Amino acid sequence: MMNTSPESAANDTQNLPHHEDLVDERLVCWYFVVALVYMGISFVGGLLMALQLVQWNPEPAELLSPGRWRMIHTNAIAYGFITNCFLGALHWAIPRLTLKTVLDRRLSYFIFFAWQVVVVSTVVGILLGQAQGVEWGETPVWIDPLALVGLALVAVNFLAPILQCKGPLYVSLWYFMAAFIWTFLTYAMGNFLPEYFVSGTSGGAIAGLFIHDLVGLFVTPLAWGLMYYFVPILLQKPIWSHGLSLVGFWGLAFFYPLNGIHHFLYTPIPMFLQYGAIISTIAVEMVVTTVIINFFGTLWGSGRALVTNLPIRWFYTGMVLYFVTCTQCAMQVTLTFQKLIHFTDWVVGHAHLVMFGVFTLWFFGMMTYLFPRLLRQPWYSYRLCEWHYWLSFGGILVMFLDLTFAGLFQGYYWASLQPWDASLDGSYPFWMIRLFAGLTIITGQFCFVVNLWKTWRLSRSPVTQTEAVTATATA
Amino acid sequence: MFENKSGILLIGGLGFFLFSFLSNGLVPILMYRDLPEQTAEEVVNENILYQFEDLSVRYPESFQAAFGEPTLANCAEALRVGRKIYIGEGCWHCHSQFVRPVSNESARWGPVSKTQEYQNELQRPVMFGTRRVGPDLSREGGRRGNDWHAVHFFDPKSVSTGSPMPRYTWFYDGAPDKPTRRGLALITYVQWLGSWLESYPDYEDYVPIETMMENPLD
Ligand code: HEC
Repeated sequence: MMNTSPESAANDTQNLPHHEDLVDERLVCWYFVVALVYMGISFVGGLLMALQLVQWNPEPAELLSPGRWRMIHTNAIAYGFITNCFLGALHWAIPRLTLKTVLDRRLSYFIFFAWQVVVVSTVVGILLGQAQGVEWGETPVWIDPLALVGLALVAVNFLAPILQCKGPLYVSLWYFMAAFIWTFLTYAMGNFLPEYFVSGTSGGAIAGLFIHDLVGLFVTPLAWGLMYYFVPILLQKPIWSHGLSLVGFWGLAFFYPLNGIHHFLYTPIPMFLQYGAIISTIAVEMVVTTVIINFFGTLWGSGRALVTNLPIRWFYTGMVLYFVTCTQCAMQVTLTFQKLIHFTDWVVGHAHLVMFGVFTLWFFGMMTYLFPRLLRQPWYSYRLCEWHYWLSFGGILVMFLDLTFAGLFQGYYWASLQPWDASLDGSYPFWMIRLFAGLTIITGQFCFVVNLWKTWRLSRSPVTQTEAVTATATA
Repeated sequence: MFENKSGILLIGGLGFFLFSFLSNGLVPILMYRDLPEQTAEEVVNENILYQFEDLSVRYPESFQAAFGEPTLANCAEALRVGRKIYIGEGCWHCHSQFVRPVSNESARWGPVSKTQEYQNELQRPVMFGTRRVGPDLSREGGRRGNDWHAVHFFDPKSVSTGSPMPRYTWFYDGAPDKPTRRGLALITYVQWLGSWLESYPDYEDYVPIETMMENPLD
């Protein structure tokens, strides 16, 4: 039965491998902690750019160049925060799903350190002005080969236990397997072809594929795979419909890679390719709807978990925002919308909604669930967990709405041929609100880190009895 | 097939990826195979050489130290350096380099962008851009004088009140009239943009506002 929650079987049976032998908890913990550090670095970048736009900028200094920090902002999130979160969560989920260890524990530690070298060099390289001219792939060119080797090792290390499995595979593993192949190919395509081989318009088409595949074939499948793992466990019931799981996976696999060119509509890229990308994008949104239906079908009857179970709330909030992102996507991909919103803050709002509003919320859900287990210590304060949730959710909601409206205004300012300055003056109030929305998000993460720190301290103290609220995020 | 390992790895993982690459990546490459990539030397033209010489006259000492003589080879070198800075500073995240056929863009910035404009070394990776905080730059060359750019990069607010563009003081030896090699290269790069067009330098047409506002998005 593939639909049963994957862990329930494991717990009742005696002669199955033990959790301690399968999961390297220290590594999971380390991955999450470094991920949070990179998130902090990314915030510095976002903040510097936001301050630049409202002109509360610090004295100019080469190493504070807002343009460079803007690239650090995105790259630290993609390769520092998101990738490390994934690696941590996968080190938990894959051994537990397959009941087998990863290929080699020493390899796991090697990958951990190698990947941190990749991310730190990326940040330093960009800071020194060596960025590569491919969006989301600004990693300086000399790091690309190392990163590619790292991704190959990750694939080998995780595919080993999956390939040893006999019999049908659980849905999460479909996503993971495909994602390891896709991530490697996507990274190779996007970082080498436009840089060394393909110039101009056709290079743009490939860069578009890269931007999109990075979200669609790396982040999205790994993240959904983890949702298919965590949600049934937390709700203690199987996924609603296996058929819809199949539709969701194969629909994504087929249509998502065909979307890339929609990032460059109205460029000189041939028009029929632009139409193809638009149609595939709309197809993806239909697929997404089936996945969302499947997950809400699963939630049906357990709605109270949204109130009582914080990880579930993080997950389902992310899913609602995912649906919003995708609905927005189906509209903004049309040429009609593109006339108005391309190049505006609308797009920036869209990117934040999906990267923070969806995937990051999911990671927070996973961390809220896993940290007490990793540290063997309930959260220091449940209240801080709630603050973390509400500040993050509130912040991203305001930021998204604000940037979306900003985009509409900017589009009309430009099209009406007013002087450029008019669009800047018009954007100013929106940029101000965005700054404060960003600060709200940062405050939320501050609550989280303080909470984590205190929890860690408690887990270390010999006195197990605590004054703190012992309610954890556990269901 | 839909649930087994080889189906997922080979059809989903490899197959669909390759299909998308062939249909979306290879097709434009094949379509434009008759437009070979030009080198930086090949895209140096009269217009940009004029600007390059002008820089050598305006900032003789800096120019001498940075590039020596305003020759074609040195100009190509300046363009390469300038492009690297344009990427390294993230200018392309605030400025686009393509004029779309909609939203009155050609009235503001000149002719709609065409593929052949991008088939050169300096557009690998292509600098289409993703966000316009500042205006499109693909027809920027010649619209402003070199000294305007020198002052603007040193302190955008001094020529454009309230500009949110960052100051790039590290391209100078302390004053706007002392651009360094990096400063001169960046100005050369910006002056090159659009220099290959008949319409260089491109100024906005006068169009009565009523006509414009009839259908602003077309
Ligand atoms: C924070 C976003 C931002 C960044 C980064 C940025 N610019 Fe700008 N740029 C602007 C804005 C806004 C304007 C319009 C106001 C002005 O003229 O200063 C502008 C104007 C310009 C202009 C004048 C256009 C005209 O003719 O009116 C040029 C040239 C220019 N930028 C080049 C650059 C270069 C080169 C870089 C990188 C070194 C860069 N910009 C980085 C926002 C930015």
